[in-house]
Amino acid sequence: MTAMAVPLGWYLGLAAALFVIGLVGVLVRRSLIVMFMSIELMLNSVNLTLVAFSRFHGTLDGQVMAFFVMVVAAAEVTVGLAIIVNLFRLKASSDADDVDVLKA
Amino acid sequence: MTDLASDPTTVDLFALAPELSVVVAALLILLVELALTGERKRYVNLIGLVGVVAALAFTVALWADIGDGARAAFGNAFVVDAYALLFKGLFLSVALFVLLLSYRYFSEFRTYQGEYYVLLLGSFVGMMLMVSARDLVMLFVALELVSIPGFVMAGLRKFDLRSNEGALKFFVMGVLSAAILLFGMSVVYGVTGTTDLAGIAVALETGERLPLLLAAVLFVIVGFGFKISAVPFHFWAPDTYQGSPVPVTAFLSVASKAAGFAGLLQVTFVAFAPLADVWAPVLGVLAILTMSLGNLLALQQTNVVRLLAYSSIAHAGYMLVPFGVATATDAALNSDAFRAVLIYLIAYAVMNSGAFAAVTAVTRSQPSRLVADYAGLGRRSPGLAAALSIFLLSLGGVPPLVGIWAKFFVFSVAVEAGTAFGLVLAAAVVLNTVVAMFYYLAVVRTMWMDEPTVEEPVAPGKALGFAVGGLAVLTVVLFLGIGVFTDVAGVSTLVASG
Repeated sequence: MTAMAVPLGWYLGLAAALFVIGLVGVLVRRSLIVMFMSIELMLNSVNLTLVAFSRFHGTLDGQVMAFFVMVVAAAEVTVGLAIIVNLFRLKASSDADDVDVLKA
Repeated sequence: MTDLASDPTTVDLFALAPELSVVVAALLILLVELALTGERKRYVNLIGLVGVVAALAFTVALWADIGDGARAAFGNAFVVDAYALLFKGLFLSVALFVLLLSYRYFSEFRTYQGEYYVLLLGSFVGMMLMVSARDLVMLFVALELVSIPGFVMAGLRKFDLRSNEGALKFFVMGVLSAAILLFGMSVVYGVTGTTDLAGIAVALETGERLPLLLAAVLFVIVGFGFKISAVPFHFWAPDTYQGSPVPVTAFLSVASKAAGFAGLLQVTFVAFAPLADVWAPVLGVLAILTMSLGNLLALQQTNVVRLLAYSSIAHAGYMLVPFGVATATDAALNSDAFRAVLIYLIAYAVMNSGAFAAVTAVTRSQPSRLVADYAGLGRRSPGLAAALSIFLLSLGGVPPLVGIWAKFFVFSVAVEAGTAFGLVLAAAVVLNTVVAMFYYLAVVRTMWMDEPTVEEPVAPGKALGFAVGGLAVLTVVLFLGIGVFTDVAGVSTLVASG
């Protein structure tokens, strides 16, 4: 086990806080861009958890996984922004509440 | 697993051959589509067909090669065994069907054909990787490879606001659930110190049950709950299904959902098997909620695609029942539960694909997709109406069609568990089957009893007609031949080896 200047619990606490802030942001905010940023915040909290655990265990698995998470997050950003931009062209709005054509 | 190559620097290309042939086909499509102009662009579909058929051939060859063993690549993160090959065969068959379904639809729709086929094949590669993944990282990457092209395909009709809205809802729910799934995975890795599924099971067997760990297991289940559109993560499904092009809807409701179930089978029955007493009741309750809510909402639908969307949510509920009775100790019961899910997935793939194929055919002449459009279809196109009746009755669980076997295996494993909760689950399946018959029969009645509003018959075209007819025959034949799948040796190898 590698010596850590900052104890593991602090990293996990920060990561959990980021995750909750992100989750609340997605559920509460109505602007699509802000919802999107909140999701990115959640993904970054995952990266922090992975890297902290990786250092704690002294194995590289977690850091490798963090790279994959970054790559996938980049792919998601590309697709998500494309959808939001296209929606803005059709509707001149990026508010989640304006997207309500489909109803039961 | 001593016979497997565990050196990460050598790659067993034969084990990867099905995936590679689909990838090559996708890249060729991207290249060839640029060279073709106008009407000719639709021929890229054929490249996709060739790639998928080649992948099927490799899958069969691998089946013959491995026997009772397995092949592996990437340091055992990627394993080809009987379970993986059965699913690959299923996915590739669905891919063939979706390509047939797409041919006329996209040659009339004209735009983005090359892009569509590349995305579609990419998503199928993700599914094939998913069933071979025996590592959290691989599982996550495969899951995203299935999802992300799906977001784009759902929004492919980019000038239609409904398509955009469907894509947006799908995207937000998909990315949110991926983030939750990842957080769960990161904690599971932290507690167990490994990302290998079998290794996690070993660590969980002896390890302490931290509350954080139990929460992480539920987070992972939430992530897959979205993919299979289980209540309460189902909101996106009806809207996305309605907004997407119909071939994409067929893809999402059959292949994408089957991939979600495959992933869920791997994490629950392999990695989290020692914690079955934690996740089984949760999934059991989700099963009851999902099937009941899906069926009750389906009763109120007037749009055929939305009706099938809610029906597919209800079917996800039936498929979750065997998860609800799994235990940490009873291997025989787990094996039966596993088999029940597999049989349900196969039956569901056949009959639901058929229903969407028939709907695609009718949508061509009447794009409004209302149940009322099907009035008098029996008089206008008796063949198509008969096929659609077969699919709907099979989804409802009427003998002698394959749907009854799917429900029978789910029901019998719930009873076999012998617990009070198992009996509650079995009763819920029976009650829901009765409720579901109302809306399936309502469509069938509209087709055969009501007066037609328009007279001209529906012309599905060769590719689509072949798909509808073939699937109708398969729905009947599989009722007699379901034994092929129940007896396949090693279908539940995953449970045994995990």
